[in-house]
Amino acid sequence: MQKQAIFQSKLLPYALVAPQLAIVLIFFYWPALQAVIQSFLLQDAFGLSTSFVWFENYLELFSEPAYFETVVRTFFFSFAIATSSLSVALLLAVMADKPLRGGAVYRTLLIWPYAVAPPVVGVLWVFMLHPSLGVLSRYLRAAGIEWNPLLDGNQAATLVILAAAWKQISYNFLFFLAGLAAIPKSVLEAAAIDGARPMRRFWTVTFPLLSPTIFFLLVVNIVYAFFDTFGIIDTMTRGGPGTSTVTLVYKVYNDGLIGGNLGSSAAQSVILMIMVIVLTGIQFRFVERKVTY
Amino acid sequence: MALRFFGAAAAVAIAVGMTASPALAVTEIQWWHAMTGANNDVIVKLANDFNAAQSDYKVIPTYKGSYPDTMNAGIAAFRAGNAPHIMQVFEVGTATMMAATGAVKPVYKLMADAGEKFDPKAYLSAITGYYSTSKGEMLSFPFNSSSTVMWVNLDELKKVNAEIPKTWPEVFEVAKKLHDNGHPTCGFSNSWVTWVNLEQLSAWHNVPLASKANGLDGFDTKLEFNAPLQEKHLEKLVELQKDKTYDYAGRTNQGEGRFTSGECAIYLTSSAFFGNVKAQAKFNFTAVPMPYYPDVKGAPQNSIIGGASLWVMGGKSADEYKGVAKFLTFLSDTDRQVYIHKASGYLPITKAAYEKAKAEGFYKDQPYLETPLLELTNKEPTENSRGLRLGNMVQLRDVWAEEIEQALAGKKTAKQALDASVERGNTMLRQFEKTAVK
Repeated sequence: MQKQAIFQSKLLPYALVAPQLAIVLIFFYWPALQAVIQSFLLQDAFGLSTSFVWFENYLELFSEPAYFETVVRTFFFSFAIATSSLSVALLLAVMADKPLRGGAVYRTLLIWPYAVAPPVVGVLWVFMLHPSLGVLSRYLRAAGIEWNPLLDGNQAATLVILAAAWKQISYNFLFFLAGLAAIPKSVLEAAAIDGARPMRRFWTVTFPLLSPTIFFLLVVNIVYAFFDTFGIIDTMTRGGPGTSTVTLVYKVYNDGLIGGNLGSSAAQSVILMIMVIVLTGIQFRFVERKVTY
Repeated sequence: MALRFFGAAAAVAIAVGMTASPALAVTEIQWWHAMTGANNDVIVKLANDFNAAQSDYKVIPTYKGSYPDTMNAGIAAFRAGNAPHIMQVFEVGTATMMAATGAVKPVYKLMADAGEKFDPKAYLSAITGYYSTSKGEMLSFPFNSSSTVMWVNLDELKKVNAEIPKTWPEVFEVAKKLHDNGHPTCGFSNSWVTWVNLEQLSAWHNVPLASKANGLDGFDTKLEFNAPLQEKHLEKLVELQKDKTYDYAGRTNQGEGRFTSGECAIYLTSSAFFGNVKAQAKFNFTAVPMPYYPDVKGAPQNSIIGGASLWVMGGKSADEYKGVAKFLTFLSDTDRQVYIHKASGYLPITKAAYEKAKAEGFYKDQPYLETPLLELTNKEPTENSRGLRLGNMVQLRDVWAEEIEQALAGKKTAKQALDASVERGNTMLRQFEKTAVK
């Protein structure tokens, strides 16, 4: 790599990246720093009395069994959302990849849900599955299922996972479609000539060749499930019934904005931030190296 | 995610910066509120009338979202140094606002400083008591008040030949009848699960929800509702939930449609539900006082209010405060109170307005509109029924609701759920006590 081959001035490249840097500094580093500082403080909601308490907010958090329950629940949700939306998206992508009449329409329709904002997704599903108003709940009741997500924690969790996974399918579908298009036809043809049937061709050729895409999507989906499901949970269940749909992000919001406990809320966001840094780190480290065919 | 919240706070600050443009000749008074629909129209009309009546001040009402959203927007704006002059805060935010000495300007002080005529005795003490110190100094100005009432579908009750129930055992009996005759999914239900089944239940039976007069006498209050009455009540609900003679309808008022649709023929919720009932119910209805347990001595006591009050924020100029004081006087006017009462269904806050509405025969055709007032003034309030002042109340309610939900789902017994509610709640109260300004 040659350096400074294009730029005459040493300052010009810095000037060109300055706007982006400014945005990153103002909207990412500065608030992140504030969260870190806040996590060491004990403060009332209005910011009128402040005392520095070192790691008390963190220690209190770790002494709270409910926090660990939330961590476990969040991981379970992420896993469930990621696997269900990835598998459905892969299935759809493989089918859409075949030459079809009107394939473009089909593909466009599948991408639509991605444009729907999370709270809207929540409201949509709530209406379909509301115990007394929902269209789908009527069928469920007719099928003999005692459907009441207002009281049944498992049903509420299923509802949230379903809605969150549904929204993410389109995104995954797009990437899978692109990934499938990038697989050389010659490899598949060679396998066919060797006598491999479609299923076998998929698992031994297509799937391994897709693995970088799958791994990338897995990380993206987990991050999505960690953070962007907030809107869905807030509109659908508000964390209930009991605490069965409270995830880490929802707890940050609830403790900070509803409870006015900014110190604990900030400590929780710092922990979340660390989790995401680790996740992203793993992605950068392994996505191009380890996952190969 | 922290990023997003700080971003939101910044956005609020920017928005405030834009709206609070420098006043020219008229002094602008920002009023943030959480009213939608018909009640929003009432707010706009009040502001317009005030602005038309004089030319020194201009009240600018701004809708800021739900109650918690409005409060959070106000808090964020205060931190950024751009608080509005008047902020509508729901009743459960009272302790948080009160603890913020310096962030708010108590109403009694505001009126005295501005030299406005102000007689605390002119107001209904059942309402202002909630927003006053134990010495009777009014901290915030009650704007929209309501109380819990029992809405009844008269047509459905007639079908099963039932009288309107007065006591809880009667409610259970009628609900059973309804359940067995055409209402398999809901004999009776309620909104605001903790407000109705813990807070109001306790006050109505004159038993404490928390020590220190339910927190009115100090932030070192402790929850005490894991007691026989509340336990018995919750046990009954758990039992009836099994076959849906009682059916849980969620933490907030999202289940209210089940009354207007006819699914639930008995429904306990706020008296402010009136507007929707009137607009949507295709049956004869009424609202009666909350039921009580006849074996509890002295019951019923009096109910406590719900709704919101107007808080005046701190750090403004004397001239601005004068305008705010004038506006509060304007709101207290008898005719205006009667107008608010009639237009919104919320309760009048002055004795004179109540008398006037009565004299006009307003309650003759619609006796259910007087029900909450009769409940509130049923008896002289006691330590247990004057009001509630618990820090972190919004989250406290969530925690209690979580536990009640687990009891109703059969995962815990009523006693376990109430014990856990009290224990978890007390931890939060101590946390609040630590951060509250001394």
